[in-house]
Amino acid sequence: MSELSVNHLLGIKYLNSKDIQLIFETADHFKEVINRPIKKVPSLRDITIANLFFENSTRTKLSFELAEKRLSADVINFSASQSSVTKGETLIDTVNNILSMKVDMVVMRHPNPGASVFLSQHVKASIINAGDGAHEHPTQALLDSYSIRERLGHVQGKNVVIVGDILHSRVALSNIFALQLQGANVMVCGPKTLLPKYIDKLGVKVETNLKKALQWCDVANMLRVQNERMDMTYFPSTREYTQQYGVNKALLNSLDKEITIMHPGPINRGVEITSDVADSKQAIILDQVQNGVAIRMAVIYLLASKIKH
Amino acid sequence: MSQKVLLNAKEINIILHRLACQLIEKHNDFTNTVLIGIQPRGKFLADRLAQILKDDYKIKHIQLGHLDITFFRDDFRRGEKPLEANTTEINFIVEDRNIVFIDDVLYTGRSIRAALTAIQSFGRPNEIELLTLIDRRFSRHLPIQPDYRGRQVDAINKEKVKVNWVENEGEDAVYLVEA
Repeated sequence: MSELSVNHLLGIKYLNSKDIQLIFETADHFKEVINRPIKKVPSLRDITIANLFFENSTRTKLSFELAEKRLSADVINFSASQSSVTKGETLIDTVNNILSMKVDMVVMRHPNPGASVFLSQHVKASIINAGDGAHEHPTQALLDSYSIRERLGHVQGKNVVIVGDILHSRVALSNIFALQLQGANVMVCGPKTLLPKYIDKLGVKVETNLKKALQWCDVANMLRVQNERMDMTYFPSTREYTQQYGVNKALLNSLDKEITIMHPGPINRGVEITSDVADSKQAIILDQVQNGVAIRMAVIYLLASKIKH
Repeated sequence: MSQKVLLNAKEINIILHRLACQLIEKHNDFTNTVLIGIQPRGKFLADRLAQILKDDYKIKHIQLGHLDITFFRDDFRRGEKPLEANTTEINFIVEDRNIVFIDDVLYTGRSIRAALTAIQSFGRPNEIELLTLIDRRFSRHLPIQPDYRGRQVDAINKEKVKVNWVENEGEDAVYLVEA
């Protein structure tokens, strides 16, 4: 069997299309496993995984923890707010202290872009990036593509638009890389102030009119407006943002086709997406969450099989 | 690398019919029995036996499944490459049923050990039996023996028993391959 070309999952940028294919095929098997009466397999019973979350998270943290437990790995959790990081310990020291307790793999979310790459160069453990600042969030992009594949059969040739706060979004960047690797056409759509200046250099289409973007696409991935990352005002008011870039049922009905709606969560209902859209059959938001566990099981399984004791 | 024919197509056919008859002797009309082929190689034998039971012995009610044991194996990270998974198809309840595990070659017994653990994810069966086409004697690592066996073979460790099927390799044959 083929194996991953990498020893860490730091970003989609470091993967090739075969890696993504392998992760998806493995996730298919785990999806079957998590629908059994007993949803657990003993594969990783000799692996210990540390979840280091230097930034808040509910979905990703729960999803990783569940994936680890379904594979029978031992899990330790760590969140920065209750730790010695507040006493001034460096990242490498913190992680090395944890690793000296015989931990094999680290899942890390960190507010600084590049933190996981940096860590992978300095410590001996398999690193999975669970989001580093506005840089990458590879497992989210994988589960997004996997959900598109599940709904539409394949990703190749599909038109996908990512709508909203592209500037502050790690989900957007990872999704662009992942979709392009699989041969999809990618567009970003949002107010000019929330589109990075040279985003077109990544080979994506840029559109500021939401209706035109939705008319073009097969799938729309709606991003959350990340108020917590905004150090200045990027648009006049939330109400104006919603009027220009919010998706509602009337807008979807005015299109001449039925598109698939995705959202990485957490949803700001009534801002980027209305409740009647979020809860409609066109939305695959909860499928994305379920697939997240299968995808993370696949990534952890494939990386763990490369660890040699 | 040299190889010797252990069984040809005709001999395999006779053995499969004998095994089918032995299954009928024990399980009658299979109302409470399910056949489960162990992936990847046991699938072919299980499919074939189910076909024979249906076509030649007119057993109407045969329930057949395939069980993948990859995630339950005890050699994860001991080989060079990751273990490749296969599909599991068990579309029935195994609770309180009589299960017959079906695999082509019984060697160390470790696959069957994994299958015994894996099947627990689907419920608590009434009993589990084991049917293998080839039983490699004196090579077991675990106390596991078949209830139905096609042929016993004495092979030394560096030899390999290879079972070919029309569906996969284009012929029915069993070879003893010397590495």
